[in-house]
Amino acid sequence: MDFDFTPDEEAFRTEVRAFLSQNLPPRNERSGSFMRDWLDKVRAKGWVGFSWPKSVGGSDGDVARQAILKEEMALAGAPPLGTSFMGLAWVGPGIIQYGTDEQKARFIPDILDSKVTWCTGYSEPNHGSDLAAIQTKAERIGDHYKVNGQKIWTTGAPYADWMILLTRTDFNTEVKHDGITCLLVPMKTEGVEVRPIENMAGDRHFAEVFFTDVEVPIENRLGDEGKGWAVTISALANERSSIGEVTQMFGKLEDLKQLVRGTRKQGAPASEDPLVRRRIAEFETKIAAMKYNGLRYLTRQLRGQPLSSETSVNKLLRASLEIEMDDFAVELQGQEGVQFQTQTARWARSSLSWPNVVIGGGTPNIQRNIISERILGLPKD
Amino acid sequence: MNFGFSEEQELLRDQVVRFITDECPIDVVRTFDPDTNRALWKKIAELGWVGLTVPERFGGSGLKWVDLTVVLEETGRGLCPLPLTSNALACAAILRSGSISQQKEWLPKIASGSVVFGFGLYDEPNWIDKDAITLDASDRITGTKTFVSDALLATHVMVGVQTKNGPALTMTDVNAVECVALDVMDRTKPAAQVSFDQVQATAECLIPLSDADLDYLNSCGAVAITAEMVGAAEAVLGLTSDYAKERIQFGHPIGKYQGVKHRLADMFVDIESFKSLLYYAAWCVDDATDELSQAASRAKATASDAFAQIGIDGVGLHGAIGYTAEYDVQLYLKRAKWARAMFGDSDFHYDRVATLGGL
Repeated sequence: MDFDFTPDEEAFRTEVRAFLSQNLPPRNERSGSFMRDWLDKVRAKGWVGFSWPKSVGGSDGDVARQAILKEEMALAGAPPLGTSFMGLAWVGPGIIQYGTDEQKARFIPDILDSKVTWCTGYSEPNHGSDLAAIQTKAERIGDHYKVNGQKIWTTGAPYADWMILLTRTDFNTEVKHDGITCLLVPMKTEGVEVRPIENMAGDRHFAEVFFTDVEVPIENRLGDEGKGWAVTISALANERSSIGEVTQMFGKLEDLKQLVRGTRKQGAPASEDPLVRRRIAEFETKIAAMKYNGLRYLTRQLRGQPLSSETSVNKLLRASLEIEMDDFAVELQGQEGVQFQTQTARWARSSLSWPNVVIGGGTPNIQRNIISERILGLPKD
Repeated sequence: MNFGFSEEQELLRDQVVRFITDECPIDVVRTFDPDTNRALWKKIAELGWVGLTVPERFGGSGLKWVDLTVVLEETGRGLCPLPLTSNALACAAILRSGSISQQKEWLPKIASGSVVFGFGLYDEPNWIDKDAITLDASDRITGTKTFVSDALLATHVMVGVQTKNGPALTMTDVNAVECVALDVMDRTKPAAQVSFDQVQATAECLIPLSDADLDYLNSCGAVAITAEMVGAAEAVLGLTSDYAKERIQFGHPIGKYQGVKHRLADMFVDIESFKSLLYYAAWCVDDATDELSQAASRAKATASDAFAQIGIDGVGLHGAIGYTAEYDVQLYLKRAKWARAMFGDSDFHYDRVATLGGL
């Protein structure tokens, strides 16, 4: 065992740090054009789509450098490397793996250059966790598909340019996964209607999306007809150490400790309360467990051993931390904890945003199904 | 970046698994027979595991605590009743805090198996602190050490004492003391009460402990116990998962029901977590001693509570069969209860994590 990166990898870390010290001013010193400049600069460095093949405009970045890049960006509190989170996380990798050369040329550069944003049309009113049962219908008519149906909880739909849309082209397959087809749809297409939904934090980031006789040209199909499920669950061999998330969470923990130091409980400093101390230590320990789980998984990737469902472990740990840390902060502040006008209102606000992380991408119970079935070999429900 | 075991370490693991399967399977463990255990100790001394962390110049293998972790995980998985942890701690204490002549005197004998140590640090049952070491050695040693692990199998005991200059460890021949077996819940972890009556405490048999030494030793103890807990907890998960696949109720294997399978998934998450924390702590023993306290406390705190619940749920998910003496899963529940407090429970370790984290 050793925890050192190679000299070459450390040189890369130095390069990232030097870049950040020159190009990431403190928040209050950032000009109006900061974000656009930032996106252009990180793009010029080749750090957007860093793991993607050079042939499509990526950098072929290896898993060790991916981890270093994520860690340094998170340590510096840097903004995202692109405006389309879904484009970089899901759509791009899907197109790279399953798209035609024309599709790669048409869609990938705009994702890398942050010119378009994407949303993912997956969940439906009756099919969330059981995603493979979706019913939105796509009917092949000549050189296009005609789509009718409804999506929901579509994050980013109110401002996205494009959607990766899961449809059903065959309602008679033996296995429900086999009738699914993946389409790439401009949000401005006639017949697409977006109705934003207000979440409990008061934001309107996700939406219902209705499709009425929407025509999608056949060249916008990603992968073969009936093979959309494979596209959905694919992601290229991305670095999966969750090192970026871990770094962010350690940062949040430090903020939480600051809150504890400045708070009194039962007439005494909260930092002296044994239960408060224990909760903080439990959070820290759980984040550390995520870190070292991630480094074990990273090591396996570096050795070329396939990872299967172990990443569900860190998803579950993160889910509980996302909920509990904010909840603890709110509780600790007593009656002030539920106010929005205080200096420390960020905790009240973030205590209402955990479903983004906890429910999106598979609920904790789905992660438990994955672990128990795929790793422990227990029977499916 | 390499947070995994080497090929040599995996070979060592295979060797230990083979030994447990061939020489120390659960029906041998269940005899709780001291003569059998003595014979097994000879064998593993010949295999080199007793002297694993003894430097080569003292007749050992000169390996690290990461290697020891591999052995302890597997002996823990099999509930192997041999005093590996006690002797690894004796070795760690002599190496870190003993004089050169003490190292020359004792380490080769540990490695060869001719000296076997029982080990006990504290006199208070639930207090991890130098003040919890009260056995008086200001002149000759007189008094009783209540909790000494593995003393009945040992040729010598290494126990915590208070000298005029503060805490120390004494190394004493068992023939100079009286050992009375304790009636313990986990019989794979035998312990004894050891009485001293005017036993000499010469400088040659005393190892003085600074605060940092004691902290190091307690952290090593936490690492060793947690390594055993990783293997033991995985054994419970394996036993219980297998049972959940076979046991049919309401027309289906009970492992199909989320009330069962989700608990098993959570066990997996907990074990992965304290396993990763443990591996890092084991690495810290030799390669990042300044981080050892924090790393060991994180690992032991997590493992103490998680394994306790895994032991309980392992029995509980089996239903009544799990409650029987005949069935093995109950042995692990007992191990979990024993391990929970050894070298500090979760309250102790989490509080240390809070302190080291700046609260």
